Amino acid sequence: MKRILFIEDEKAIQKTMGEFLKKKGYNVISAFDGETGLKMVKVKKPDLVLLDLVLPKLHGFDLLEKIKADPETEKIPVIILTNLEGTEEVTKALELGATTYLVKSSYRLQDVLSKIKQVLK
Amino acid sequence: MQEVVSQLNIVKYCRGYGLSIWQCPQFLFLVMGLIIILTSIGSYLIGSSYITDPSLVALIVIIITGVLFIISYIITRSFERLAEASRMKSEFINIVSHQLRSPITNIKWIADFLTSEDVEIADNKKDEYYTHLKENISRMVELIDDLLIVSKIEEGSFPLKKTKSSLNDLVYEVIERSKAFAEVCNIKIVFNPKESLPSAFFDPNLIKLVVENLIDNAIRYTKKGGRVEIETECRKNRLYFSIKDNGVGIPKQDQKYIFGKFFRAENAMRNQTKGSGLGLYIAKSIIIKSGGRIWFDSEANKGTTFHFLIPTK
Repeated sequence: MKRILFIEDEKAIQKTMGEFLKKKGYNVISAFDGETGLKMVKVKKPDLVLLDLVLPKLHGFDLLEKIKADPETEKIPVIILTNLEGTEEVTKALELGATTYLVKSSYRLQDVLSKIKQVLK
Repeated sequence: MQEVVSQLNIVKYCRGYGLSIWQCPQFLFLVMGLIIILTSIGSYLIGSSYITDPSLVALIVIIITGVLFIISYIITRSFERLAEASRMKSEFINIVSHQLRSPITNIKWIADFLTSEDVEIADNKKDEYYTHLKENISRMVELIDDLLIVSKIEEGSFPLKKTKSSLNDLVYEVIERSKAFAEVCNIKIVFNPKESLPSAFFDPNLIKLVVENLIDNAIRYTKKGGRVEIETECRKNRLYFSIKDNGVGIPKQDQKYIFGKFFRAENAMRNQTKGSGLGLYIAKSIIIKSGGRIWFDSEANKGTTFHFLIPTK
């Protein structure tokens, strides 16, 4: 079973997306802030990270940079799942090594699932 | 033709910018043009009569240059203000779109999940999702209410409805309503009214909004297990209110902006990503409108105390 780490501070989104992915056969683990997220990436070594950008304690960009700077975690694919949609943010995320960038409000749960499947193929 | 006439309506343009006539670039350009024409005619008339005294002409030129210099300075300042207003507007759109998008996404995804045909959800589990739906709808309503208040503040259409009211009763009422939130955050709220305050004349709905914002901030930016202390007292002809927390505090470099619209301190954003940066702006506008004063003492990582004074009549 593939393990997905979902780093997101919105409880409702965590619960809904987490439950949805669990029902689709994934092992979902959650972190509600950037610092905890970073610790979990290192300890749990997930197959995929779903990462929000506006996070308490450690911003998503800093977290992404740290994941990609560590040889033990650099290969883990990271999908940015945020409500920020500026071109600057998208460019920066991709430059830092994000696999793809999704604006939450533009996607349905099913669409996010399809992207996850694509990345984990 | 009508368009050309409407372009000459400088007052309409200035109102559109939200600037007074003496800060409006179009009007100032017109004034500068008139001064140039009048002084040219004046210089010609004076020059033709008193050409024997060149120092007089030189003096006039210096005075005109000085006046034009001052007007140019005012025009530059006006453009700076317009640029600042435009920057604030973009920032406003960014913040509002992000703040509104979060609850909208929550609602959209929950609805998506609850209506998924290939996902079975037990009835007792559904209640949790309905609660999340309600919370997110309230979040949107609160943000929209705040934006409407800000818009009224800026238009100046913010009537004060003073009635005989009790500040202590109002504080007790807000604390009662905040209890559930404080409990979730494991924050203790202590209210110490130093004396029984006399009833006073103020707008209870607006002052309630201030107290709500201050209590909400104190809970939100205090770590679990923290303490919030509220005091009220009568000081001469004024009612005094203070709220002290042992929370994240306001860093020195952010303190001068804290009552600004949409401003959120850097450490506040790090600890609490939700928030529009409108609460303290609204609080200050209400207190000033009520004829009072609001201020704070704060130290980063130690806590903050907000105080306000409002007249009793």
